[in-house]
Amino acid sequence: MSECNHGSNNSRRMTDKLLTVRDLQVRFGEGEGAVRAVDGVSFAIDRGETLALLGESGCGKSMTALALLRLLPQPVGHIAGGQVLLEGQDLLALPEMRMRQVRGGRIAMIFQEPMTSLNPVMTVGRQIGEVLAAHKGLKGRAARARSVELLGLVGIPDAGRRVDEYPHQLSGGMKQRVMIAMALAGEPDLLIADEPTTALDVTIQAQVLELMRDIQRETGMAMLLITHDLGVVAGMADRVAVMYAGQLVEQASRADFFTEPRHPYSRKLFAALPDMDKRDRPLTVIPGTVPTLDQSFHACRFADRCASAWRTCHEVEPAWLEEADGRGVRCHLYDPAHPNPPAAGSEAEPDRLAARSAAPRDLLEVSRLKVHFPIHKGLFKRTVGHVYAVDDVDIHIPTGRTLALVGESGCGKTTVGKAILQLLRPTAGSVRFDGDELTRLRGEALRRRRREFQIIFQDPFSSMNPRMQVGDIIEEGMVAQGLVPDAGARRQRVEELLEQVGLRPEHARRYPHEFSGGQRQRICVARALAVEPRLIICDEPTSALDVSVQAQILNLLKRLQLELDLAYLFITHNISVVAYLADRVAVMYLGRIVEEGPVDRVLTDPQHPYTRALLSAVPRIDTDTGREVIRLEGDIPSPSNPPTGCHFHPRCPQAMERCRQAYPDRFERGSEHWARCWLLE
Amino acid sequence: MMPVILWTDALVWLLVAVIVLSGFYMRSKPHLREPWQRVIRSRTGMSALVVLLAFVLIGLLDSLHFREALPDQTQGGEVHYSGEVMSVFDKLVGPLRTRVEKTYSAPFSAWLYMKEMVERPDGSQVLDYPRLEHGAAHLADPVTERDADIARRLGLATLQTLLCMALLGLATAALVARRYRLDLRAALGLSLRGGTALPLPALLLTLTVLIWLLFAAVNLAGAYHVFGTDKVGQDVFYQALKSIRTGLIIGTLTTLIMLPFAVLLGIMAGYFRGWVDDVIQYLYTTLNSIPGVLLIAAAVLMMQVYVDTHPELFETMAERADLRLLFLCIILGVTSWTGLCRMLRGETLKLREMDYIQAATAFGVPNFVVILRHILPNVMHIVLIAVVLDFSGLVLAEAVLSYVGVGVDPTMNSWGNMINRARLEMAREPMVWWSLLAAFIFMFTLVLAANLFSDVVRDAFDPRLREQRG
Amino acid sequence: MLAYILRRVLYALPILIGVNLITFALFFVVNTPDDMARMHLGMKRVTPEAIERWKDEHGYNMPLLYNAESGGLDSLTETIFFEKSVKLFAFQFGQSDSGRDIGHDIRQRMWPSLLIALPTLLLGLVVYLSFALLLAFFRGSYIDIGGVVLCIILMSISALFYIIGGQYLVGKMLHLVPISGFDTGWQALKFTILPVLIGVVAAIGSNGRFYRAIFLEELGRDYVRTARAKGTSEPRLMFRHVLKNAMIPVLTNIVVILPLLFMGSLIMESFFGIPGLGSYTIDAIQNQDFAIVRSMVFLGSVLYILGLLLTDISYTLVDPRIRLS
Repeated sequence: MSECNHGSNNSRRMTDKLLTVRDLQVRFGEGEGAVRAVDGVSFAIDRGETLALLGESGCGKSMTALALLRLLPQPVGHIAGGQVLLEGQDLLALPEMRMRQVRGGRIAMIFQEPMTSLNPVMTVGRQIGEVLAAHKGLKGRAARARSVELLGLVGIPDAGRRVDEYPHQLSGGMKQRVMIAMALAGEPDLLIADEPTTALDVTIQAQVLELMRDIQRETGMAMLLITHDLGVVAGMADRVAVMYAGQLVEQASRADFFTEPRHPYSRKLFAALPDMDKRDRPLTVIPGTVPTLDQSFHACRFADRCASAWRTCHEVEPAWLEEADGRGVRCHLYDPAHPNPPAAGSEAEPDRLAARSAAPRDLLEVSRLKVHFPIHKGLFKRTVGHVYAVDDVDIHIPTGRTLALVGESGCGKTTVGKAILQLLRPTAGSVRFDGDELTRLRGEALRRRRREFQIIFQDPFSSMNPRMQVGDIIEEGMVAQGLVPDAGARRQRVEELLEQVGLRPEHARRYPHEFSGGQRQRICVARALAVEPRLIICDEPTSALDVSVQAQILNLLKRLQLELDLAYLFITHNISVVAYLADRVAVMYLGRIVEEGPVDRVLTDPQHPYTRALLSAVPRIDTDTGREVIRLEGDIPSPSNPPTGCHFHPRCPQAMERCRQAYPDRFERGSEHWARCWLLE
Repeated sequence: MMPVILWTDALVWLLVAVIVLSGFYMRSKPHLREPWQRVIRSRTGMSALVVLLAFVLIGLLDSLHFREALPDQTQGGEVHYSGEVMSVFDKLVGPLRTRVEKTYSAPFSAWLYMKEMVERPDGSQVLDYPRLEHGAAHLADPVTERDADIARRLGLATLQTLLCMALLGLATAALVARRYRLDLRAALGLSLRGGTALPLPALLLTLTVLIWLLFAAVNLAGAYHVFGTDKVGQDVFYQALKSIRTGLIIGTLTTLIMLPFAVLLGIMAGYFRGWVDDVIQYLYTTLNSIPGVLLIAAAVLMMQVYVDTHPELFETMAERADLRLLFLCIILGVTSWTGLCRMLRGETLKLREMDYIQAATAFGVPNFVVILRHILPNVMHIVLIAVVLDFSGLVLAEAVLSYVGVGVDPTMNSWGNMINRARLEMAREPMVWWSLLAAFIFMFTLVLAANLFSDVVRDAFDPRLREQRG
Repeated sequence: MLAYILRRVLYALPILIGVNLITFALFFVVNTPDDMARMHLGMKRVTPEAIERWKDEHGYNMPLLYNAESGGLDSLTETIFFEKSVKLFAFQFGQSDSGRDIGHDIRQRMWPSLLIALPTLLLGLVVYLSFALLLAFFRGSYIDIGGVVLCIILMSISALFYIIGGQYLVGKMLHLVPISGFDTGWQALKFTILPVLIGVVAAIGSNGRFYRAIFLEELGRDYVRTARAKGTSEPRLMFRHVLKNAMIPVLTNIVVILPLLFMGSLIMESFFGIPGLGSYTIDAIQNQDFAIVRSMVFLGSVLYILGLLLTDISYTLVDPRIRLS
């Protein structure tokens, strides 16, 4: 590992460098079984620069960040070696007292979960004031004034009032702004942002990212941005460092990285991203899973999953190869010391998918669906209002086709799914499935129909009973529906299903916790398939998964649709998944569908201002096109008290007087493409 | 001999059966087996368990009751049985029970604790401490011989223990050798270094102490009153031993009785919500709002009146005392199920929102199957932790209740009754302290072992605690 | 806020009625007044006349629920249920079986109880919280491990031993304070020292461990990490962030028992001869004075429900999330 440090030391002048990390080692636990969460990571950040640390879950990127501030979870995590030099001073050697001056003063940090990262019983102002007192010596009136100023700086309206509020009174986006204000309070040289926008909605994410860019421009602060999102990297970073299994595998400037990623892993990450152009073929996937880090490696950590790997990759650990401009990669392909493979295994283009059956007929027709939750208040818990979670939604899905329901959190899309399945009884409206009215079915009659429509959930960890074997989990539906009465035949069917979703028959006897997130999601698919449904409601089935695993699931869903003529209602907030998978798109805002149409029309020629804003807010990897982000002001209003007229008008950049008064009618724009907006009148 | 099955005996053995069965069940379920394996690997846990098992063994032996046939009833076909109910344990420790002195005597003493008129060999009478009938009766001159005699007996116990442990150690080593495919020497080394999954050194050490205590007791108790005698001259050591069963029964049967209610109602409230939840919540809030001791006191008083006014219902004293014990367990159960019930309700409320429950509903799985298959197994660890945690609290509660006068029957051997009596004895001049000491030692050992064990069990089963540790 | 409190009060009513019914069933249905009279008169010399006389003297010579002999409203009020149970709602406790005015006794005896219980609670709180903070501060070290082991050992000793041992050690051997008894005015203080001290020590094990667990849970939360990342010092972190958040569960746990302090501690008071409600209850239990026990059951429930009410209110005071929503 030492050669790479010499390389980087010589290549750049010391003076530019704000932070230099050398051969950082983080361990969890002691002895043989210790997990090497971070295993020899070296990088440097210049003043004013943004370095993005990119990687999938479990690669050690967050642990690297925490280690820099010596905030690893105690007592299991500890730094086993390396140096962290802040302008030449080794932070790892500082006594705790001095380290505290660094934290918040020289290096500040913001976290992924704004909901839990603020102290719930302290006002926002006092939490910022703590930083001011500790690092700026500001107290009392002066501290308060500065807090208000900082809140204004991060774009919190009415800062003078907000400063006395408690975190729970702020929305998620606001909380993250407060976190940023708190980080700025100490005027640090470096801001570590650990997935700062992952928990936020797309439009809010766009606001926060823009804020961070602005602030960086104004203050000249350096930033270490930790993320898994290539789009965020493209919009924010100056340089990119890719992490895999506790190590850096590639480092490059943003331009270099996005034009020519070198490491096979980086290349695969790009290839696995779904988008419109890849619709007619399966996505590239990275086979296998990330190796566990409780072992010592003597070969390339990626070799087992790498299409370009040859013998050397399985026998020799690759060294860090760095060029003069700081670009580096850890791969034998670029190492002159190793002869290149006999025939560089060029990757075959994946086969095109077969064409689909024509002439579908409508399987699901939802009209005027309403789900209102009563709000009880007062002395006798009278109903004082309703949460209009779903308010007048029309949907129809043909057999073997996919409708994507897109929207931000709280828009009611999940409620639509549950109301269709009759897991929640709708307040009004009709749900006709294959001609039958589901809302009128009760008891046994409904129970019998249930085999025809199934659901796949977002969280692969809570969607399976941890106390049951996989075989029993898959079998449950069959037993409940009395499908295959013979136990032996049922077992056989379970094994078939497992193979159908790309798992092995012997997995039936294992428990859910023995599987990775992607594998669990496959099991959930198998469970849904077990009752041979015709419609599957996919409720964000890939949003908890890494990109490479997401591709596997999307491929699976696409293949199954072709094979079994399944219809999907695909609930998601991820536009690129929609582009890849859906036939039609419905965009939801505050309980209502604002635009619906064929996927290519809606995504390329959005009609509703909200759709346009939503699409523009999605971080994209093609940064050069110079598109403009339509910035939406404010937060999504509460569905218990939707704005009058068009629900979107308070945030709409094109709102007219009329929008405040009446909810827009449906205006057609081409065949089967409509939107609810007065602009289209 | 006529076997007598007291209510509590039946329930105790039922409990044993339940534990054995659930043991088999847990073996087949990895989510229960793995935490137990963590318990088994814990030194504290296993040592505590061995101590607990020693208590349980005594308690179980003391739960096999019978009435002896009265002697000399040769004529007449009918066999008469003694009104006194005995247990197998009583039979085993026979002399402890029968060797009764006149009144108080100090531990290991050869004399009574009170002066009486003693007739000298010369016929004169003086006020002096008379010799005991049984305690140290084998010594001609206790003043000079007693210490040496005790030392000799303890030495013998040590020898016996060493011999016993040597055999036990060899047997263990042989088992280890088979398990790990080693030769005997290596296996012995491995066991003593603590290289096995079971914490053998700690286990063997605890066993050594226990076995030494056993031999010491066997050697000494035959000749002395190890913990002295009480007011009516009964051996205090015997009383303390007999109290074990009472303590164990209070600690376990209470849970056994309240468990079905707590689990059923808690899960139902959380799962069905709505009016079911309202009713169940009302029920436990109401019960909970009556201060526990007062509710117990009121109930026990009422039962006492009932028992006193219906003496014809009970054939023997033991049966009466036993029914009172059972009733105490029930009423303790009624007052203590609310906590667990509330916890289970909360957990079920959380669980029923889990995706896998929704998935089951989406399959049309009937409610009771969902509860049985999805909810119950996922709250099992809470139930288990609660059961283990409750035990020591209940044993301690027995003492307080008996002190207040609403505990077990005053004729029943229990640590609470011993302490209650000791209160008056402490006020005597000179003080009589040994009953209190005996109760203290036994109770403390049992409760400490239970607390240590429950601590280990909770650590092993509580997922939240494990997360904190990383 | 007011509506909220009012609603809680309304919720409490059915619970009180439930308690009342339970006590009524326990005291009058399981055993009839005749049984009680027989009990009090002693088993042997019971004549029907004696029973009637006893019932007459103690006001039990009425039907349980419905008096057919008196007409109108009286048919409901001239019953044991009305006289002995319904009147409890108006805090009319009536006479004890030995003929004393229970209401008067309670008013007189609750102050000594409070004099012991309140200092025990406050001193205990300070001691347990400091102890637990200490352990949490040194979490994972030998101090922490040793502290937890000590807690478990202390927990394993019955409260009775603490009392007997404490009385013996402090009172009898060291002669520092009187062992038991009570006095009026300032003189009472010296009698309170020992019970308060023992009360605090007896519960150190379980409480210390409980609070430590709460602190550790708080220490694992995200906002603690944020505070550390700000450069907050460890003591400040403990006192400003962790303690403040931990006080929510701690305080709400304590508020429940605040009203119950009037009831005193049964064993503590009887051991130390404090003329409070605790020893009053114990004496009643031992003398089988059902009227007193019944009154105390009801009073205890009322105070507990009052505690629940205060807890709800205290939630809104300590936790801004509830106060401001």
